[in-house]
Amino acid sequence: MRDLSSDLPVRFEGVSLHAGKTPLLDCVSLLISPGAPTLVVGPNGSGKTSLLRLCMGLVTPSAGKVSWGGRHSLGPSRLAMLFQRPVMLRRSVADNVIYGLRKSGMPRKLRTARMEDALARVGLLELASRPARRLSGGEQQRVALARALVREPELLLLDEPTANLDPAATRAVEAIILMAAQSGIKIVMASHDLGQVRRLAADVMFLVRGRLCERTSASDFFDHPSTGEAKAFVRGDLVI
Amino acid sequence: MFDGSSAWQLILSGDAALYAIVWLSLVVSLSAVAIATVIGLPLGALLALTRFRGRAALIVLLNGFMGLPPVVVGLTVFLLLSRSGPLGVFGILFTPLAMVIAQALLVVPIIAALTRQTIEDLWLEYRDELTAMNVGPGGRMATLLWDSRFSLITALLAGFGRAAAEVGTVMIVGGNIDGFTRTMTTTIALETSKGNLPLAMGLGLILIALILMINAAAWGVRVWSEQRAG
Repeated sequence: MRDLSSDLPVRFEGVSLHAGKTPLLDCVSLLISPGAPTLVVGPNGSGKTSLLRLCMGLVTPSAGKVSWGGRHSLGPSRLAMLFQRPVMLRRSVADNVIYGLRKSGMPRKLRTARMEDALARVGLLELASRPARRLSGGEQQRVALARALVREPELLLLDEPTANLDPAATRAVEAIILMAAQSGIKIVMASHDLGQVRRLAADVMFLVRGRLCERTSASDFFDHPSTGEAKAFVRGDLVI
Repeated sequence: MFDGSSAWQLILSGDAALYAIVWLSLVVSLSAVAIATVIGLPLGALLALTRFRGRAALIVLLNGFMGLPPVVVGLTVFLLLSRSGPLGVFGILFTPLAMVIAQALLVVPIIAALTRQTIEDLWLEYRDELTAMNVGPGGRMATLLWDSRFSLITALLAGFGRAAAEVGTVMIVGGNIDGFTRTMTTTIALETSKGNLPLAMGLGLILIALILMINAAAWGVRVWSEQRAG
C-alpha cells in the first residue's frame, strides 16, 4: 500500500519549545527507537503534551532539532497520535474509521473490510452505524484508536488518552494499547497516573518543568529513582 | 379599503398570471442561491484556512458586503449589462438571467462570510487531528465543509431570505416587465403604488408562506441528517 522509509528512530537534539516567553520544554535530547512501550511521566504542565506534539511534527521547536529516521522533515508518515479528547468527525463510527483509511491511501475496495476488522479489534463493531459524536468518552477513544491503528503506524503517540475515562473504559483502552504494542507498534504515551505507568511501561521518560529528569527502565524508575523529583513522584508526593 | 378575503380568493382561484409570477420569483432566487453557494462555500473555506497579507481587511470587507444595498448592486449590474456597458454585447439586461446574476452578487458575501466563520471555528477543533492524519489542504476544506453542513444550511437560508425578499436589484436589472421579469416583490411594489392592495397583500402572503415552507424543509433535512450523523 505504501512505500515509506521508516520514521524511527525519532531523535531530539537539544530541543526547546517556548510559548511566547514561557518555556514548555527546555533543551531535551532523547531517542525513541522501536521496542516496548515508553511512558512519558510527569505532573501537569511538565511538558508531556509538548513533547508528543513535537514528536508528531505538529509544532516546530524553538531551538534544537527533531529528526525522524535521520530526516529533518516529516512527509507522509507512519506516525499516529491520539489526543486527550478525541475529535470525532460528524459521521458514523464506520465512516470515521474509513476516513482514516482513505487518508492513509488505502484503496477503496479494501476499506470496508479493514474498517470492520479494526472496529472488531476495539470491540465496537456493533456500533458501526451509530453517529460517532453520540458515543461515550471511552467509546470515542476506542474509535479514535481504531482510526489511528488502521493507518498501520510504526509509532503511536498517546496524550493521556484515559485521563477523562472511568476504570472500565480505561481498562478497555489499555487492553487495545497493549495489543498494539504486541503487534510491533512503538507506543509512546503520556500519563500522570502511576498505576497506569506500572501496568504499561517498559521504560519511562520523567519530565519536570520542561526538563527531561530521568530516562530509565520502568523497574528502575519505581525501585531506584535517581533524582529527588522522581523519588518524590514515585512516593506519591506532590511534585510541581 | 383593504378587503382581506379577496387576497385569499386570488390565491385560491389559481390565476395563471399569478402563478407565473410566483414561479419566476422562486426560480430566480433559488438559482441565485445555487450559484452563490458554488462560489461562496469554497471562497469562505479558503479564507478561513489561508493566511496572507490583507486577510483581515478582506474579512471585514466581506462581512460589510453582507449589508450591500440591493439598489447599488442593481445599479452596478445595470451599468455592466447595459448596451454601452462592458458586458452589453450579451444583451441580457432586462432578462431573468440578469436578475439571477444580480441576486447572486448580493448573496455571495452572505454565504462566504458565514462559511468563513463556521469553518474557522471548526478548524480550531479539528486542526491537530487532521494534521496528525496527514490531510492536505484540499482534503481539509472538503472535510470541514462536510462536517459543518448543518450550520452551513443556515447560511444558505440566510442567503435565500435575502434573495427572495429584496426588490431593488430585480426592479433595476429586470425592469418589472409584465409576463417576463415581474416577480412577487416587484409586483407588490407596483400594485401597492397603484392602490391594488388586495393583490399586493395576497402576493405578500404567498411570499411569506413560500419562505416559511423552504425554511421548514431545510429544518426537516437538518434534523433528519443530524439524527443519522450526530
